Amino acid sequence: MRPVPSIYAGTTNAIAVLVLLTEFAMLRTALLRSQVRLYAVQSLLVSALAVVVAAVRDVPELYALAALSLALKVVVVPWLVLRLLRDADAEIAGSGTLSVASEVLVALLVGGLGFFAVDQLHVSSRVLPTTALGLAVAVVGVSFVLMIVRSDVVSQAVGFFSLENGVSLASLVVAAGLPLILEVAFLFDLLVAVVVFGFLMRVHHSRTATLSTAALTRLRG
Amino acid sequence: MGDLLIVLAVLPFAAVVLSAVAPPAVGRACTVASGVVSLGCAIALVPSAAHGGLKVGFLRLDALAGVFVLAAAFVYAVTSVYAVGYLREDEGEEGFTRYARRFHAGLNLFAWSMMCACLVDGLALLWIGVEITTVVSALLVAIDATEDASEAAWKYVLLASVGLGIALLGTIVMYYAGSTVFGGAYDLSITKLLQAGGRLPHTPVRLAFVLAVVGFGTKAGLVPMHTWLPDAHAEAPTPVSAMLSGSLLAVSFYAVLRYFQVARAAVGPVFPQRVLLAFGVASLLLAALYVLDQHDVKRLLAYSSVEHMGILAVAVGFGAPLASAGALLHVLAHAAAKSNAFMGAGVLARTYRTKEISRIRGAMERLPVSAPLFLVAVFALAALPPFGIFRSEFQIVAGGLGSTRGGWAAVLVALVTLAFLGLATAATRMVVVPSGRPRLRSLGAAAIPVREPSWWMITPVLVGLAALVLLGVHPPADLTALLGRGAAELGGGGR
Repeated sequence: MRPVPSIYAGTTNAIAVLVLLTEFAMLRTALLRSQVRLYAVQSLLVSALAVVVAAVRDVPELYALAALSLALKVVVVPWLVLRLLRDADAEIAGSGTLSVASEVLVALLVGGLGFFAVDQLHVSSRVLPTTALGLAVAVVGVSFVLMIVRSDVVSQAVGFFSLENGVSLASLVVAAGLPLILEVAFLFDLLVAVVVFGFLMRVHHSRTATLSTAALTRLRG
Repeated sequence: MGDLLIVLAVLPFAAVVLSAVAPPAVGRACTVASGVVSLGCAIALVPSAAHGGLKVGFLRLDALAGVFVLAAAFVYAVTSVYAVGYLREDEGEEGFTRYARRFHAGLNLFAWSMMCACLVDGLALLWIGVEITTVVSALLVAIDATEDASEAAWKYVLLASVGLGIALLGTIVMYYAGSTVFGGAYDLSITKLLQAGGRLPHTPVRLAFVLAVVGFGTKAGLVPMHTWLPDAHAEAPTPVSAMLSGSLLAVSFYAVLRYFQVARAAVGPVFPQRVLLAFGVASLLLAALYVLDQHDVKRLLAYSSVEHMGILAVAVGFGAPLASAGALLHVLAHAAAKSNAFMGAGVLARTYRTKEISRIRGAMERLPVSAPLFLVAVFALAALPPFGIFRSEFQIVAGGLGSTRGGWAAVLVALVTLAFLGLATAATRMVVVPSGRPRLRSLGAAAIPVREPSWWMITPVLVGLAALVLLGVHPPADLTALLGRGAAELGGGGR
């Protein structure tokens, strides 16, 4: 008989599953505003997972990391993007060629592939069950689907930010001991990237008076 | 020598601060001074890099880093001089002061980030360095604020950031592999990872290597992750295009090589070489075909960059010391040749006010100095002797034929010849074919005045050609030692 998982394993896996579910919800929702809010929720879940790991596995650096990621990814980034949305006066995400149902099916396939492929790697972690790694890779896969099927700058940027959440989740599993200074540098880099994304979104909006990327077809060949 | 290393890591940043606040004339002077002094420092550091290397704090210079820093510093120096002439033509226009400040600050920051990415010790810091190059260069691509530039910048920032997201995943997996040997608290130092060698677990190292090749390869322009590259190179201002192509791609490839070193030490040469060979051949094939049928002169050069990154990947994939030394020489020669070609193309595009190859005709008549220089630069880029790229490709092919992958060396020769055909035909048409035909006159070509650009824009091309002849005919002894040592580091001989 398989051993019953501990409360810790159950809790962490549940949070990791919720992270993946928010990614699917982002794919599902049509409102740009909800997409950004879901990103904030997802970031909150990743921060919460960091706190759980810090408390149970005694990795105090993770508290600092969780606080930073909370401030940055739950507050600053969504605030910046929502402000842009207010200025741009756009609400509906640009839909691509696929219907929502097909998008979700494709995402299920990609996510499933990621989840089960990780099993073959036989990675063992000291701090978190390996299931979370599979879920992290699934989040990365689904974020790719999100960026590919949506045709507006906000969805694509949020897709990239949530990809980073997937990588953060993976780093909690396999790299929880990574020196804090490096983690902080990674987060700082994200902030810089967000500012640049925001700037380019504004440039795009001021040039084309839309957030859609459907018209970005002048450069080819 | 440690002082020079610090100067190299600090000086361009000081130039960023000064050029961001000072009047354009001061910013211009700072940029040129910083570029030239950085090149001087990089050259002075060659002997140290070739014979043992240096380490100061978190900065580390070995032969491999030495080669890429030299390439980045060279492109920085020539483009900083070229930029003086480039910006002078816009002087007096509305908003010029603001534009020039941004431009100079961005150019210095871009150069600083590229040199730092090569000089830092550790895969995590390397990732951070490459990420900074992305955000800075994306802003520089968008600096002209045209519709095309904002489209190119958006595609670039999104694709490159996603690529770097994948590379970050690779970094984390590599950290995991290292932590099984060193425990949790280590900083992904390259020296340590190379020392661990075969003790690293194989599967995670393989995974990390592939993720790094895909991730950093996106920025290096390897096919099929190259789609941002022609757009960004074509729409950026010419000095930025020269830096993107001459040094940014090389710096990203440097990151791939660092992972190659670790993977080679951990799992043996066969797997990493195969991966590079596959991406390299795909890049060569696609780029050679695109070069044959290009309508835009800057996109033509951009696809040629994809081809050259393919050559580098294939060369390292051969695994022969001669080919690896050839690859490192190729990095230097490509930096000089490609920045030259972009600078020449920039002059043509400005004179004719178009980048369309079919509308640029009879350049020899209108630009009696810079048009022949452009033609020679393109021939140098297409690997004609006596220039450096001929020598490096000759070494690569000779190394490849001597290795177990001789068949791929034959493929390399065929594809490089194809690309040569495309480049040489397009450049000859633009420069030599006269514009006297009625159809072209109707396009306005005949109305273009005879006006050479300032010497600020011609001198860097002459310097580049001189460097290419030097690399092709008789590379200095210290440089040869540097390349040999670098090849040994890639082949597992160096620590």
